[in-house]
Amino acid sequence: MSLKVNNLKVYYQTLRGDVKALDGATFTIADGEIMGLAGESGCGKSTLSNSLILLKPPMRFVGGKVELDNEELPIWDMEKMNDFRFKKISTIPQYAMNAMNPIRKIGKMVSEILKSKKVDFKSTLPELKRRLDLVELSHDVLNMYPIELSGGMKQRMVMVLSTLMNPSLLMADEITSALDVSTQKAVAKMLVEFRDREFVKKLMVITHDISILYQIADSIMIMYAGKLAEKAPTSVIINSPRHPYTKLLISSLPDIGVKYSQKKLTGIPGKPPMLLIPPTGCRFRERCPVAFQKCLNEEPPFVEIKKGHFIACWKEFEKNA
Amino acid sequence: MTKPKKRINEFLYFALKNKRLRVGLSVVLFFLILALVGPLLTDYKWDDYVGPAYHPPSYEYWFGTTTFGQDVFTQFILGLKASFLVGIIGGGIGTLIGVLVGFTAGYHGGMIDEFLNMLTNIVIVIPTLAILLIISVYLKVRGVLIESIFIGFTAWPWAARAIRAQTFSLRSRDFVDLARISGIRPLKIMFTEIAPNMMSYLLMTFILQFGGAILIAATLDFIGLGPTNAISLGLMMNLAVLWGALPLGMWWWFIPPGAAIAAIVGALYLTNVGLDEVFNPKLRKL
Amino acid sequence: MKQYFTRKLFIYILTFFIAVTIDWLIPRFMPGNPVQVLLARASLHAEAAKEMYSYYTKAFGLDLPLWKQYLNFWIAIFHGDLGTSILLFPQPVIKIIMRAVPYDIFLLLPSILLSWFAGNKFGAFAARTKWLDNTILPVGYILTATPYMWLAILLGWVLAMVFPIFPLAYASSPAMIHSFSWIFIADYLWHWFLPFASLFMVMFGGWAIGMRNMIIYELEADYSHYLEALGAPRKLVRRYAFRNAILPQVTGLALQLGIIMAGALVTEVVFSYPGIGYLILGAIQNQDFFLIQGCFLFIIIEVLIANFLIDVLYIIIDPRIRIGMGGKSA
Repeated sequence: MSLKVNNLKVYYQTLRGDVKALDGATFTIADGEIMGLAGESGCGKSTLSNSLILLKPPMRFVGGKVELDNEELPIWDMEKMNDFRFKKISTIPQYAMNAMNPIRKIGKMVSEILKSKKVDFKSTLPELKRRLDLVELSHDVLNMYPIELSGGMKQRMVMVLSTLMNPSLLMADEITSALDVSTQKAVAKMLVEFRDREFVKKLMVITHDISILYQIADSIMIMYAGKLAEKAPTSVIINSPRHPYTKLLISSLPDIGVKYSQKKLTGIPGKPPMLLIPPTGCRFRERCPVAFQKCLNEEPPFVEIKKGHFIACWKEFEKNA
Repeated sequence: MTKPKKRINEFLYFALKNKRLRVGLSVVLFFLILALVGPLLTDYKWDDYVGPAYHPPSYEYWFGTTTFGQDVFTQFILGLKASFLVGIIGGGIGTLIGVLVGFTAGYHGGMIDEFLNMLTNIVIVIPTLAILLIISVYLKVRGVLIESIFIGFTAWPWAARAIRAQTFSLRSRDFVDLARISGIRPLKIMFTEIAPNMMSYLLMTFILQFGGAILIAATLDFIGLGPTNAISLGLMMNLAVLWGALPLGMWWWFIPPGAAIAAIVGALYLTNVGLDEVFNPKLRKL
Repeated sequence: MKQYFTRKLFIYILTFFIAVTIDWLIPRFMPGNPVQVLLARASLHAEAAKEMYSYYTKAFGLDLPLWKQYLNFWIAIFHGDLGTSILLFPQPVIKIIMRAVPYDIFLLLPSILLSWFAGNKFGAFAARTKWLDNTILPVGYILTATPYMWLAILLGWVLAMVFPIFPLAYASSPAMIHSFSWIFIADYLWHWFLPFASLFMVMFGGWAIGMRNMIIYELEADYSHYLEALGAPRKLVRRYAFRNAILPQVTGLALQLGIIMAGALVTEVVFSYPGIGYLILGAIQNQDFFLIQGCFLFIIIEVLIANFLIDVLYIIIDPRIRIGMGGKSA
């Protein structure tokens, strides 16, 4: 059983035209797999995760197919998707710390949500308590208001709530961004534990912090300017990436113990292109150190060059061929 | 940061496209032009006895005549002028005071904020009618200006609250901290960093004060505490009710003034909604 | 919690103090002399007038030094003595006001509460669909832009003159005996309806607009998005948004009270409805300063009490205030 995304296109409607924020994503996540999704701001990773769980204006579904466990997800239909949300597909949002109703006791809110989804609260309560224990939250939180909890506690509560129904696919959107390093580690470990205990079958972890993905992800997918650049097992991405962008990304990460005087920190010069009128050909060509004529004219497709290793780059295709 | 000229052009583009803004402004402009041009259309003064009393609208007297035979149309036109004057001056003063109080309270916070807050709350609760009563007895001859000043000095709390809230949210933004670190004096920060971002808010606050001033003036005029030397829309209704226009069915005397106020103030509110949509991209409908 | 209430109480007392002082100043600032005005009405012989003048001056305490008069005023208030009316001499002001208060309560309480509830419900309604929004919104804006007295006049004209369904003036028919009989109640309601409807409609518009804006704001909040992401039905999302949006509406009620009072005043004038507003008008026109003074004092007290009650209510319904004050947060 898996998540199969096929040529998904989601644009943003603006008064000046459509911004092609997600322009043809094709990939698969298998059961038990934690896939990291990384890229610069504006690369389309949030658009991807949002479109799967909550596709509403100004986002517009343009084309493509999404299959979760052999069932097609009607992501363009807000109403029909409600049957899938929470039970089959769930999310820990970027704004997790503000995600709970401030004037409702947490336990009451949970019971009301469950009731509205036709789930019996009483019978779910024991499991809820076990999960709270797992994330080291006291049962008392159910009687408290969100304002009484710290940021980290609120986040853990949201993690528990989002995974309560054991969804097949869980998306975690930048959940470590606002945390300190030690809490980041704890949260990351929790995600892995959720997967190990089969609370969730597939996990998509969206972040711009590749070091976290290095710790917990089985595979990493890199996005750039609305297109997929590379997807491969974690060790491959970190140690032997092939896409020029990925290479630059990895090399721009600081290594522990290395001083500036020994090895200069390189960034990637330039800016991502505007997606209102995307450039022709490969979208990375402006900043790519190895771009050549073909990159200007034709867009490279996202294909599997080795088992489990996908890439969209003409240069790399040449090497393979 | 987009260049100011580009921003203004972008704003104008969306402003002209916004239906609510167009409709609202058109109505206000219509009445404004009427108030400015109107006096040319009539030769009478508002209290001249021009013809037969109790006369319904006719070719000669467009809005009919009062119980004393005065021309209602003349009263209406001159009343419009008075209303606009009160709205602009009273609204302007109210906005000015409100902005000063709200800005200062929001920017400095702490004790200054506490004190100004208390002041605002007190002014809201005190029956300003009582103060006006005293003033009205002292100044036997009152004009539109006095009324406007009074309204401005008593209606500012609403503006102050709104501006204060907005200032609070803006002052903790990064670009303000940057300015503060570079050592620019607080007053200069207020004018060069915060104010431009609040321009839209200030405009909307003024529009609300404008409408509010017109409504307050109508109420004051209606109970006889308005200007003594001029006609106003509220005064028209006062006279109409006083002299039995209701049981006599003289609708042409009491319908137009209130209808004009409702139309103008309503149009002002509508304009405000439109402006909100223009300034706040999230609200723009696609 | 205690600190919050003590601070609030302090502000209320301060406001009360300032307002009462201004109120006390009303007759003192009037040019001329209230006693003279009184006597002018009695049109007495010159000699008799002189006698009466010194008598009344003493009776009203106007011969005492100013600070003593001020002190006496405060003492008198706490005794419930608001002086004697000039207009309706020799009735004590407090009695005149107390006669008018029930009429005011019956008019104001239902109209304020009902318009608040109904307005909020409709405003929330408007935020549901675009179609509803485009119909309810303009109606709301027009209503709230309508001057109170004009709507009163309009209703009076249409529903009492053009279609003589309701009476145009007063609270009861002339020959009616004031008792708790069904006839009286029915007659009273018949007279009550137009002023009630007029106040209700204008206030309704205001609440509807306010609520609609608040709900739209709440529907854009993070918690609303999270609910949607969890696939909660529209009804739950709307319910939470409503519950959150109601809070500022409660505070809004307190702030609007001054304006509502003014609106009630002019409405009563149009319908000659015997509430305090109508009394004030008569007092202004006849320069009955003591009556004016008493009426305003009453309004001040009413507004302050109402504000206080709403403050208490707000603490009960917004848990964030309660918790914030308890100092509990991790």
